[in-house]
Amino acid sequence: MKPLKIVVLAKQVPDTRHVGSDAMKPDGTVNRGKLATVFNPDDLHALELALNIKDRVKGTEVTILTMGPKRAADIIREGYYRGADKGIMISDKRFGGADTLATSYTLVKGIQKLAPFDLILGGRQAIDGDTAQVGPQCADKLKIPQITYVEEIIEIKGDKIIARRRLEKGVETVSSPFPCLMTVHGSSPTCRSRHAKRVMKYKYARTNTELKSKTTDEVIRSLHEKRPYLTISEWSVEDIEADMEKIGLSGSPTKVKSVESIVLTAKETKILSDADADIEMMIKELIEQHTIG
Amino acid sequence: MKSVFVYCEVENKKVAEISQELLSAGKRLAEKLGCPLEAMIFGKDLNEIKGQIAPYGVDKLFIADDGRLEPYRTLPHAALATDILKKEDPQIVLFGATSIGRDLAPRIASVLNCGLTADCTILDIGDHFVKKEKKEYKDLLYAIRPAFGGSIMANIINWDMHPQMATVREGVMKKKVFDENYKTEVEQVKVDDIVKDEDFVVKIIERHIEESGVNLKEAPIIVAGGYGVGSKENFQHLQDLADLLGGEVGGSRAAVDAGFIDHDRQIGQTGTTVRPKLYIAAGISGAIQHRAGMQEASLIISINNDPEAPINKIADYVIHGDLGEVVPKMIKYYKKNAK
Repeated sequence: MKPLKIVVLAKQVPDTRHVGSDAMKPDGTVNRGKLATVFNPDDLHALELALNIKDRVKGTEVTILTMGPKRAADIIREGYYRGADKGIMISDKRFGGADTLATSYTLVKGIQKLAPFDLILGGRQAIDGDTAQVGPQCADKLKIPQITYVEEIIEIKGDKIIARRRLEKGVETVSSPFPCLMTVHGSSPTCRSRHAKRVMKYKYARTNTELKSKTTDEVIRSLHEKRPYLTISEWSVEDIEADMEKIGLSGSPTKVKSVESIVLTAKETKILSDADADIEMMIKELIEQHTIG
Repeated sequence: MKSVFVYCEVENKKVAEISQELLSAGKRLAEKLGCPLEAMIFGKDLNEIKGQIAPYGVDKLFIADDGRLEPYRTLPHAALATDILKKEDPQIVLFGATSIGRDLAPRIASVLNCGLTADCTILDIGDHFVKKEKKEYKDLLYAIRPAFGGSIMANIINWDMHPQMATVREGVMKKKVFDENYKTEVEQVKVDDIVKDEDFVVKIIERHIEESGVNLKEAPIIVAGGYGVGSKENFQHLQDLADLLGGEVGGSRAAVDAGFIDHDRQIGQTGTTVRPKLYIAAGISGAIQHRAGMQEASLIISINNDPEAPINKIADYVIHGDLGEVVPKMIKYYKKNAK
């Protein structure tokens, strides 16, 4: 089996699973500053799937590709700690405000710069938007087949890959020729933990922007001169030869007209204990109202 | 042509529930716009399919009937849909936010280079003034969806890239027959003219679809458990109560993740959206993702030993206590008092 070249698409997202009461501003908009950022959970599943293939097919190379602001370099480091071979950031203020169409265009320009590749993997969806659109849109732009909602790779043989998909009401096993794109479902195995040796090796991995920062220690800078693998590539609009009309806000057809925060409507709540009398009273009321019985 | 277009899903000669909901919602939008409603359906043995679709007030229906089109695969369906949409040039296109719709719609949006809003729960028509252009755009699609884990509702619009597309969550739009005898024009799609051999490179090797008896959406009473239920065994108490009341058992995502209950019984933003007349939440704290899927229940009972559980704020009855004691008592007093 010839080694594969895999690109994992990963995103740094605000942790919407743990939205505290201070996460919303009084005007109903999201207070992003109050939300911690995390490696998008489904993308971690995608990384595990890639590393699992690397375990099976010797010599396979896993590259992690992310688009985001400077701090998204954390995603690349996290990928290194868990087993990725290469990491690349697409980062440029001009990419900001992108919806899924502009995002997929941008990622595809990056993927094309990494070509040739055999497999593109990404999480099914990101928890900050839950759209699940970027994967299929990248597949279209790359003109390759897509297999969405993958939970297990059954077999890799020669020129094709066989995977099981998780659908709403069941499962489906499909085969696809290479190259193809897969989106990975949260029901697939969770990602392996950080590897202590890899953490040691990559903890000083930095992008050039980070290296230039005043807060970066001189020791780290000199380390980068000796160990070039520590420098995380950072691609701008020019580096990926992106069309300005197709990126950021101008490349995004969907716009947010308004947002409204969901206020919990205060109901007249009856508070009961677990005493027999309380529960019998409630049951009687429900029967009287014909809710039950 | 200015129209509203619906992509219909089909399995075993039956139009999917979600597609019937979309046709109903699409007709409402088409009436507001004063334009036709169109639909497309791709599958096999579709001779009788028109009769299922016409009553929703569909003016024109595109049928692609070919054994290779069912079960659904992305590439042939995307090729057919984009070909039809390019020719018909509708204003609005709707898909179900199902495993099919969410696989297909983004691929099509990429080909057509247009906007797509995922998982909408409200659709409407309205205007928008674009300050930069000093121009008022009339009759745009308002694609309204929960965002940020369900903590906000966002109204997404798209005025400059045609058409405006949306996927719509299952079980949110109400099904409504428009006219049993509606006259629908049918166009049979010539599949071989559009779909190429390479569109069939992905092969389906095996398929297990559970025609599960679970129909949470239709259940009048739902007894749902959360992580607080503690174990699969404890869920049996909830099952007993549901059986007695003629309801179904459901679970929060945490309960599903913990393996207490099957995935197909998950309620919430990533599971099923329900609006039963009675919702009993046992050991569910009520994260927004969960509330988004059940807050429209007519009556909510929360059984929880945490008085601060967010679900208590939307509950009609809050029972402070251990559900191992409360649920058997509910069973006991129901048996005693029910006629």
